[in-house]
Amino acid sequence: MSTPFVTPRGWEAVIGLEVHVQLATRSKIFSGASTAFGAAPNTQACAVDLGLPGVLPVLNLEAVRMAVKFGLAIGAVIHARSVFDRKNYFYPDLPKGYQISQFQQPVVGAGRLTVGLPDGQEKTVRITRAHLEEDAGKSVHDAFPGLTGIDLNRAGTALLEVVSEPDLRTPAEAAAYFRRMHGLVRYLGICDGNLAEGSMRCDANVSVRPAGTTTLGERTEIKNLNSFRFLERAIEHEIERQVELIESGGTVRRETRLYDPDRNETRAMRSKELSDDYRYFPDPDLMPLVITEAFIDDVRATLPELPEARRARYRDTLGLPDYDAAWLTDDPAVADYFEAVAHASGDAKLAANWVMGELSAALNRAERSIADSPVTPAALGTLIQRIRDETISSKLAKTVFEALWAGAGDVDTIIEARGLRQVSDSGALEALVRQVVADNPGQVAQYRAGKDKVFGFFVGQVMKATQGKANPKQLNDLLREVLGSD
Amino acid sequence: MAAIDIAHLCRLAQLALDDAETRAVQGDLARIIAMVDQMQAVDTSGIEPLAHPLEGVQRLRPDLVTETVEPARYQSIAPAVEDGLYLVPRVVE
Repeated sequence: MSTPFVTPRGWEAVIGLEVHVQLATRSKIFSGASTAFGAAPNTQACAVDLGLPGVLPVLNLEAVRMAVKFGLAIGAVIHARSVFDRKNYFYPDLPKGYQISQFQQPVVGAGRLTVGLPDGQEKTVRITRAHLEEDAGKSVHDAFPGLTGIDLNRAGTALLEVVSEPDLRTPAEAAAYFRRMHGLVRYLGICDGNLAEGSMRCDANVSVRPAGTTTLGERTEIKNLNSFRFLERAIEHEIERQVELIESGGTVRRETRLYDPDRNETRAMRSKELSDDYRYFPDPDLMPLVITEAFIDDVRATLPELPEARRARYRDTLGLPDYDAAWLTDDPAVADYFEAVAHASGDAKLAANWVMGELSAALNRAERSIADSPVTPAALGTLIQRIRDETISSKLAKTVFEALWAGAGDVDTIIEARGLRQVSDSGALEALVRQVVADNPGQVAQYRAGKDKVFGFFVGQVMKATQGKANPKQLNDLLREVLGSD
Repeated sequence: MAAIDIAHLCRLAQLALDDAETRAVQGDLARIIAMVDQMQAVDTSGIEPLAHPLEGVQRLRPDLVTETVEPARYQSIAPAVEDGLYLVPRVVE
């Protein structure tokens, strides 16, 4: 573990995030071309996406529905009327020379998102706005000497850009916000949340100021962060860079920077030096977007149980600790899995322990998502039942879990085949206990002389004799009885 | 009227103008801006900004894949293509 980041003494950081959420529409925001990931280059870039003359964009209803769904989930105003603008700049992956976006009249207005902080506190972050726009293509820099290859498959993919107020104060808070946003869009089913494929990307606006002051310092923007860890580290680095710069007599320049994870540093982006002047104007190809109350009500009716409500339910109805409730609800797939296990096992707390413990560790080791878990919720539920009805000990349950993971069959088959059933036959167990006590008179004497620690020795001996299958509670009772007698 | 920074506009528009063209554009832009100034002098307080000259609202289309793309057709007009990618002079970050 690296040491936790501390903002340099006497300074405070001010951070705002712009999160680009790739909406999970089948077709593009303004064209009927497919958005499927991984297609051969340029096989999903149609005439509209290429910006060929004579084409007209037509807005995707589903993209609008998803934007409204998001707006409702963050308690935002949905603007009855919003406008698409052209954001003008030149870059090879932007064939039209402008990006269709929303500038002055976005579809979603001010809202808020409550974020769980590392210290267990919660913080409400204000969201300024969220607007619909199209994504650009991809540049391939390394494949051709002296040339850049352009794949326009991604051009025109629907994005929702979510802009926060500068309410975040530490890199950890920023990462927590991004994480919560990541969970929310997956709850809503509006984004697959696949960070590695670029489904969510984040720009961070960072400035520093002397602690206790309220004026904002000059900010820089770090572009294109696509992991929680990189976001946190890029901001850490940028805070340190700005403080060092100011303390050594320099001034922070307003600029766009890129984070290099290999070197753990940010550097200025040359291509963006002129890009401040986007010359926005309303796109004459698109009429104003009008959203009716009826449409909003329709979308509201499709809202799922949101993470906050789910956390509260886990806490209040299932009786889970805050930590467990927050952990389990972060990712809707994890929450669904947990609920299935809790239902099948009849014990929410044990279900939580297993999902957060053994299962999560095994998934991490195998680098698998919970959707690909080889252990089904039903199987894990049965396993927990076998602990509860004292068929197996908690310790041997881990052995059963490993066998389940390896595909060795169902829980009861594994327990029988491997002879893992707990010895709860009190007659057999008592005989064993008496045997162990008789074989170790020295330790018995020590125990009776008040050396309580020796008790563990007897437990160990019996467990060894039963290959760990003795019912621990029964064993303890029996041992105390036998050692205390005669 | 503010001075027109032709060099800046050329950079934004990715245009290379020679001296004669620059002088001509300077004159054209000065007349255009004079016209804009004249329009801006009109009192528009209380009038909602016009986003589109037509009265209509945006039509929405269902989220269906309706386009089949033939990259070879589009790429036949591109100056350079390799491995399915359009090639452009190197842009570096």
